[in-house]
Amino acid sequence: MKLKGIKKNNDFRPTFFAFPYLAICIIFVVFPLMLVLFYAFLGPSGVNGFFDANGKFSFELFFNSFTFDNFVTVFTSENLILLLKTIGIALLTTVICLLISYPTALILASKPFNKYLILALLFIIPMWMNFVLRVIALKSLLYMIGIEDGFTATMIGMVYDFLPFMLLPIYTVLMDMDKSYKEASTDLGANNMTTFFKVTLPLSLKGIVSGITMVFMPVFSAYAITGMLGDTNTNVFGGKIDGLFVTPSTWGKGSALSFVLLILVFATMLLGNLFSKRTAGAKAAAQGGAK
Amino acid sequence: MGDDRQMKEQRVFDKIIEVKNVTKIFDDTTVIDDLNLSIRRGQFVTLLGPSGCGKTTLLRMIAGFMAPTSGNIYIEGQDVTAMPPYKRPVNTVFQKYALFPHLNVFNNVAYGLKLKKIPSGEKRTKNGVTVDVTRKFTKAEIAEKVNRALKLVGLDDYGHRDVNSLSGGQQQRVAIARALVCEPKVLLLDEPLGALDLKMRKEMQIELMKMHRELGITFIYVTHDQEEALTMSDVVVVLNDGLIQQIGTPKQVYDEPANAFVADFIGESNVISGTMIKDFCVKFLDTEFVCEDKGFAKNEQVDLVVRPEDIKLYPENSDKGQLAGQVLSTVFKGTWYEMEIEANGYEFTVQSTTEAKVGQKVRLAIEPNGIHIMKKLRTVNEFIGEVTGENWVDFCGGSFEINTFVDGVALEKGTSVKVYVPFDAVELTDDEDDGEIGGNVTRSLYKGNYYQVQIYTDTDEDFYIDTTDEWDNDDRVGIKLNKDKIRLEVIAEDESDEA
Amino acid sequence: MSKKIVLVFKWLFLAIVLACIYLPIMLIIVYSFSSERNIGGQNGFGSFTFSLYSRLFSNSSLMEATRNTLIIGVVSALLATFIGTFTAVGLYYMRKGKKTVNFLSQITVVNAEIVTAVGFFLLSIFLRDIVKLPVEKGMAWLIIAHTVITTPYVILTVGPRLNQLNPNLYEAGLDLGAGPMHSLFTVIMPQLIGGMVSGFALAFTLSLDDFVVTNLNKGTNVNTISTFVYANLRRNLDPAIRALSTILFVVVLVVLIVFNIIKRNKEKSASGSK
Repeated sequence: MKLKGIKKNNDFRPTFFAFPYLAICIIFVVFPLMLVLFYAFLGPSGVNGFFDANGKFSFELFFNSFTFDNFVTVFTSENLILLLKTIGIALLTTVICLLISYPTALILASKPFNKYLILALLFIIPMWMNFVLRVIALKSLLYMIGIEDGFTATMIGMVYDFLPFMLLPIYTVLMDMDKSYKEASTDLGANNMTTFFKVTLPLSLKGIVSGITMVFMPVFSAYAITGMLGDTNTNVFGGKIDGLFVTPSTWGKGSALSFVLLILVFATMLLGNLFSKRTAGAKAAAQGGAK
Repeated sequence: MGDDRQMKEQRVFDKIIEVKNVTKIFDDTTVIDDLNLSIRRGQFVTLLGPSGCGKTTLLRMIAGFMAPTSGNIYIEGQDVTAMPPYKRPVNTVFQKYALFPHLNVFNNVAYGLKLKKIPSGEKRTKNGVTVDVTRKFTKAEIAEKVNRALKLVGLDDYGHRDVNSLSGGQQQRVAIARALVCEPKVLLLDEPLGALDLKMRKEMQIELMKMHRELGITFIYVTHDQEEALTMSDVVVVLNDGLIQQIGTPKQVYDEPANAFVADFIGESNVISGTMIKDFCVKFLDTEFVCEDKGFAKNEQVDLVVRPEDIKLYPENSDKGQLAGQVLSTVFKGTWYEMEIEANGYEFTVQSTTEAKVGQKVRLAIEPNGIHIMKKLRTVNEFIGEVTGENWVDFCGGSFEINTFVDGVALEKGTSVKVYVPFDAVELTDDEDDGEIGGNVTRSLYKGNYYQVQIYTDTDEDFYIDTTDEWDNDDRVGIKLNKDKIRLEVIAEDESDEA
Repeated sequence: MSKKIVLVFKWLFLAIVLACIYLPIMLIIVYSFSSERNIGGQNGFGSFTFSLYSRLFSNSSLMEATRNTLIIGVVSALLATFIGTFTAVGLYYMRKGKKTVNFLSQITVVNAEIVTAVGFFLLSIFLRDIVKLPVEKGMAWLIIAHTVITTPYVILTVGPRLNQLNPNLYEAGLDLGAGPMHSLFTVIMPQLIGGMVSGFALAFTLSLDDFVVTNLNKGTNVNTISTFVYANLRRNLDPAIRALSTILFVVVLVVLIVFNIIKRNKEKSASGSK
C-alpha cells in the first residue's frame, strides 16, 4: 500500500517568520500605491463623490466619478517646466556630489588614509544628524557670507545634504576592492593613469551607480531644502505634490503627479538595473580573467 | 492499557526506524526514489554513497528537518512523518558541529536538557481524572548529566570554555555530548568527521565505536568514505541515485557486492563482464573459470568482481594460473605492492606482498572464492514517449522514426508508450551534431572488454550504453540510435495518469 | 619628494571638504552660546551666555516636538528591528517567493519619498472614510509609517550577518527540543545582536531625519523637530534651535565614538583569542 497525499514540501523551514512583514508590505506599501493610481482618476470630490446626498453608495455616481481630467490639467506647461527644472537640479546635484565624492573616496581608500577609519567616519557623521537642523545651520552660514541668490543657495544645500549618500557607497566599494587587481595592472606595465581608468574606475562603477540612485531620485522629494534656502522661484516636483494635498479637491491632481513620478522612478530603476548588470558582467569577466 | 503498550513495544522492538516508500523531490529532481529501509535497535548503521546520492537527505528526513514528498517514516512503530524535529526522540550531530557560539561548552550541552520535560508521577484533578504531571530537570540534575556527558567524550574540565576557542576535534566532541545528553533513541551523525584531519579522524572513529558499544543506542551514520563505513558499522546501506544498491554487513558488501556500482564504489576492484556457461562456471576474457555461484540462466550475461588481493601471481613458466599477463606498473604501498597487469586485453589491479617488475611476464590465478558474480544492473534503457504519427515517436526531446505497429496493431497518435532502447542500439559520437540526442558523460565504468557509460541528456534523462571506446566524465557527446532495435510498449491508461 | 607633495595635496583636499561640511555646524555650536538673536547681525557674537539653553527647555512646543521625534524614533525603530530581523530570518530560509518578498521590501527604498508619503496619506483617508476604522493622522499613524519605511533597512543590515552563520544552527535548536520561536530567540537572535543594534541605529536616524512622510501624515496638532522648524521658518524661529542642534550633534558624536570603540575592542579581542 502506498500512502500518498502528505503535504508537499512541508519541510520545517521557518519561512513563516517573513509572513507578517509580507502582510505589512501588501497593506502599507502595495495597496497605497494602488490608491494613488485610483485617486489619480477621481474627480475633485474624491471618494465622497460615490455617495448621494443621503450618504448612500450609488453605482451611477461611482462610475461618473472616474475621469481623465487630472491628467489633462496636470500636463500644463507650468508643471512640465517644473518637472524639467527638477530633473535639472537632480542631475546637477548628482554630478557635483560625484565630482566631490569620488576623489574624496579615492583618497580615503588609499594609503595611508585607509588606516584611519575614524577619518572616513568624520565625513558621514553629519548624516546621522537631523537634516533640517543641518540646513538651517547652512542657511545661517550662507547669510553670513552673503550668498542670497535662491538657486545658488538651493544647490549648495542639496549638495551639502546628499554628499554623504554619494560618498559612502563609493568609499565602501573602493575599500572592499581586491588590491591585487591594481597590482596586477601595474605589474603588466600600465601606468597609474591607465590603471585608474582601466581597472579602478570600472570596478567601482557599482558604488557609483548605487550612489547615483541614492541622490538623484531623493532630490525630487527634497522640497524642504528648496523651501528653506530657495526663493519663490525655486521648487522641486515633490513640493508641488505636497502642496496639492492641503485641500481635498486637489488630491486627484496630486495623485496624478505622484503617478508621473512613479513612472520616472521605475524608468530610473530599470536604467540602474541595466547598468549594474553590465558592471556585474564586467566584474565577473575581471574575476574570470584573474583566475 | 499497560499491557497494550508492552505488547506494542514488544512488536516493534526489533525495528526502531522504518522508512516506507519514501520519495523526496526537490525542484523536479528525485533525490530519494521510493525507498524502503528498516533499522534494528542498537545497530550502528552507515548510509554510504557518493555525494548527491541522497544519503544526507534521508538522514534529514529521519531527523525531521525535511518532510518526504510521499511515503512515511516510523520511529518505534509510530508514524513521525509529520512530526516536527523538536518532538522526535532522535538527536543529530551536524557536519560542521553547529555549536551555539554565544554559549560556553557547559551551556551548549545543557541546552537540550533545559527544555526537556520528564514525567513526575500522576495528579488527580478536581474532576477525579488522573493526569500525568511533568517537570523540568533541576539545576543539580542538569549539572550532573552535563558533566557525565562531557566525561564520556573526554572533556571533563572544559565546561566553562568558550566553544570558539576549542579545536575542531574538541568541538566535535562537544557536539556529540550535546546530542547524547538528551538520551536519544537514535543518534544521527551527518559526516561528523569530514572536517577533521586524518589522524584525528581515526581516533574519533575508535571512540565513536566505543561509545556505541557502551551506550547501546542506535547510530545512523552518514559518510562518503567507504573505509570509514567498513571499519565502524554493523550494517552498511549503499545508496546511489536515491536508490538502495545494497544492504549488508561490511563483509557482505565487500565480498559479495550486489552489483557493479557497489563493487566499484567499495574497495579496489576489477569489474569484468562475463557469461555464465553453467552453474559454477563463468567465462570471461575468453577463459573459463570455476566459481561458487549458481542459479543464473544458461549463457546469461553477468558482471563479476575480482578483488585485487584475490589474484595470485606465478612465474611465466609456471603451470599454475589461468591467464598470462604482463606487468604495466608497480607501486609500493607500504605493506604491499599494487600492480597494473594486462591480460587478454584487460588491465587488472593486483595487490601482492611480492613485487613483480615492470615488463615482467606473469601468470594470474583466480580461485573460485575470489570471483563474485553479479546480475547485470541494466541491459536496456527505458523511457516514456508519445506516438506523434504513423511510425513517429517522441522521447528524450527528439522525434524518431520507429515502427509503431505493436502486436500487429498500429498505435494511435497521442498514445503514451514505454520505449525500450537496448544498450547495443545506442552509439556515441564525438561530435554532438552527429547524434540525435545531446548529453554529457556522467560515469564511465570499465568492465573488462568494454566500458559502461552513463550519459545525462539535456532533457534530464539517463542513457546507459556499453562501448569499447573510452569516454571521460563531462565529455559532450551525441547519441545515435539504431531504430530497428527499439521496442515499444503501450502504457495502461491509469498508469500514464500517474506519470 | 614629489610623493610627499602629492600626500600634502591629498590631506589639503580632505581638509577643505571636511571644513565645508563642519563649518555650518561649528557656526551653530558657537552661536548657541551667543546672546544675539540672529547670526551674522551687526553686533557680531555679542556676549557669551547659556540663555539659549534655558530658553530651549522653556519653549514648550519645541520640547514637545523633540519628545515626539524621540518617541516616534524609538518606538518605530524597535518595531522595525523586530519585524526586520524576523523577516530576514524567514527570507534566509525561503526558497520559493524569496525574490517577490525582496522586491516588495525594496519598493519603499527606491520609491520617491513623496509618493510613499502620498500613499500613506491616502491610506489613512481610505481607512477612515471607507473602512470606517478609527484611523487619524498623528503620533500612532506616524509610528506605523516610520516602521514600514525603516524595516527594509533593518532587513538589509541583518540579512548579510545571517549568511555568515552556520546553516545548521536553527536546526540544531529544533533537534535539541526547542520549538521554532524558542529556537529563533535562543539560538539565532543572540548571533544577530550586532546586526540588530546597527539596524536599530539606522532605523532610528532615518526616522529622526524624516520630513516628507511626516509632513503629510502628522495631522494638525503633532509636530516633530523637522516639521516644527520648517513650519516656523517664515515666522520667527526661536534661536533656541541652535542649542537643540548643538545638543543633538554632541549626542550623535558621543554615541558614534563609543559605538566604534566598543566595536574595535570586540574585533581586537576576537582576533587576540585566535
